[in-house]
Amino acid sequence: MKKKRTYSKRSLREASQGYSFMAPTIFVLALFIIGPILYAFFLSFHKVQLLGTATYEFVGLSNFTNISDDSRALRALWNTFKYVIIVVPIQTLLALILAATLNAGLKGQSIFRIVYFLPTLTSSAVLTLIFMWMYNQNGLVNEILSIIGLPTYNWMGDPSVALIAIMIMNIWATAPFFMVIYLAALQDIPDSLYEAAELDGANAFKKFIYITVPNLRPVTSFVVIMGLIGTFQLFDQSFIFSGGSGGPDNSTLTVVLLIYQYAFKSLGTMGYAAAIAVMLSIVILVATLLQRKFSKEESLY
Amino acid sequence: MKKKLSVGKALLYGILVLYAVITLVPFIWAVSSSFKTLEEIVSGTINFIPKNFTFDNYKQIFLEQELFPRWLLNSLIIGVAGTSLNLLFNSMAGYALARLSFPGRKTLFIIILAVLMIPAQVTMIPNYLILRELGWLNSYQGMIVPAMINATFIFMMRQFFINFPKELEEAAEMDGLSRFGTFFKIVLPLAKPALAAQAIFVFMGFWNDFMRPLIILSDPSMFTLPLGLNTFKGQYISYWNYIMAASMVFTLPVLLLYGFFNRYFIKGISFTGGK
Repeated sequence: MKKKRTYSKRSLREASQGYSFMAPTIFVLALFIIGPILYAFFLSFHKVQLLGTATYEFVGLSNFTNISDDSRALRALWNTFKYVIIVVPIQTLLALILAATLNAGLKGQSIFRIVYFLPTLTSSAVLTLIFMWMYNQNGLVNEILSIIGLPTYNWMGDPSVALIAIMIMNIWATAPFFMVIYLAALQDIPDSLYEAAELDGANAFKKFIYITVPNLRPVTSFVVIMGLIGTFQLFDQSFIFSGGSGGPDNSTLTVVLLIYQYAFKSLGTMGYAAAIAVMLSIVILVATLLQRKFSKEESLY
Repeated sequence: MKKKLSVGKALLYGILVLYAVITLVPFIWAVSSSFKTLEEIVSGTINFIPKNFTFDNYKQIFLEQELFPRWLLNSLIIGVAGTSLNLLFNSMAGYALARLSFPGRKTLFIIILAVLMIPAQVTMIPNYLILRELGWLNSYQGMIVPAMINATFIFMMRQFFINFPKELEEAAEMDGLSRFGTFFKIVLPLAKPALAAQAIFVFMGFWNDFMRPLIILSDPSMFTLPLGLNTFKGQYISYWNYIMAASMVFTLPVLLLYGFFNRYFIKGISFTGGK
């Protein structure tokens, strides 16, 4: 009897210790993560007025149905989609090639690794400013292009190239981060596999295609998910690049920038912005789950 | 055969050097521009070594732009306070999830895993409204408190503590240390490598964050550096020499941090990645 009581006392004490260790986490989870997620769903069905005290008017699904009539929203969706489809494959491939090259056992690897890592450390605000400086009409990029005889562009002012300018910048900035992830995974591929392939007379390219790439499949799936999540959320760069407008001619308007504009820059559209944010989150979630499903099926073979 | 090998090697070196150049050129160009005079900047010639090397741009941003030192200070306060709280609370939560048994532990763990997948855009608007109700817009706590835990690093710390030898804690308990005493005196000091990796990433997260300050802070004297830099650009629209100097001041602390903790960076990335 006595024993049981001390036992439950002990477990009670441990439970209270557990909760006190978890208290800050539970507080933030409830107030700034779980609560807001529910709040976001609530907002997406309402028209929100923020003057003085906030007022909410229930509008049903109209925030969601309005998206298809909103030409700027469709433009933002299209820009974001284009951006994701082009940037994710290129940055993944570039990261893989760089990692494999760095892992080939050459001298000076660590120096190259440090150099490649620089963009990952630098903030998106600084990187965007540096690239805007280089993308100037008479800037470095155009000077170099004209020296090697290629056409020059009005990178920041021409709607047909502005998004491409951001794509180039972000592939340059993000690929090294994924390269580091690939590098870590490359070290885990057993040398014996390569040795066996060498005995069979495989050359470097064949070894890369038949050993490296298949063995990296789980990591590739991780890199693609991270890439998808990151690219869908493009904001900082297009905000700074266009001074918050998404211009020229809405060509750098992304979904997140549009959400920001509707939520904080125009009155009475906060609920609509919340609806777009909920939609975007669902898209990102579905993309993530689909990717997971595919990569699981792949690993069966 | 020998010859073919060296051709392959040359090709690999070629790729590495070419990409190193591609990576470095923007930085070198930015650094060099920050030491140039405005006349040299607008002349549009490509020279990486400034003709008239000058510190005036740096002097200008610190002396003439009164708010710049303030932005630097704000970024430091938010970054250091936010990182310290993250280190403490993430480890506490990770430890509790790994070691202590209490009702709801599994549920909490699943919620934390799920939170990893939630994009910040959903919570951005509600968080603004909540901070507004609390009167925390334009404040340090508005920037720090909502970000004082991080699901990724709670998860990471949990993995770390699961593999942590129990015997040490039991010995400490025998010696009469309380659970909190054991945690702060025995467990945390031994978790230094994990904490170092976490500190770097969390600090960089705060330091480089653009969207949250943009939404939460509207008073220029409360701005952090990325935000200040953005308004700075609007103000000195064609003074790229000033803008580049400010950018370099912003980047230097992170580069120093990286220089000191290089090995933890790579470790931390393979920690958050790979598995």
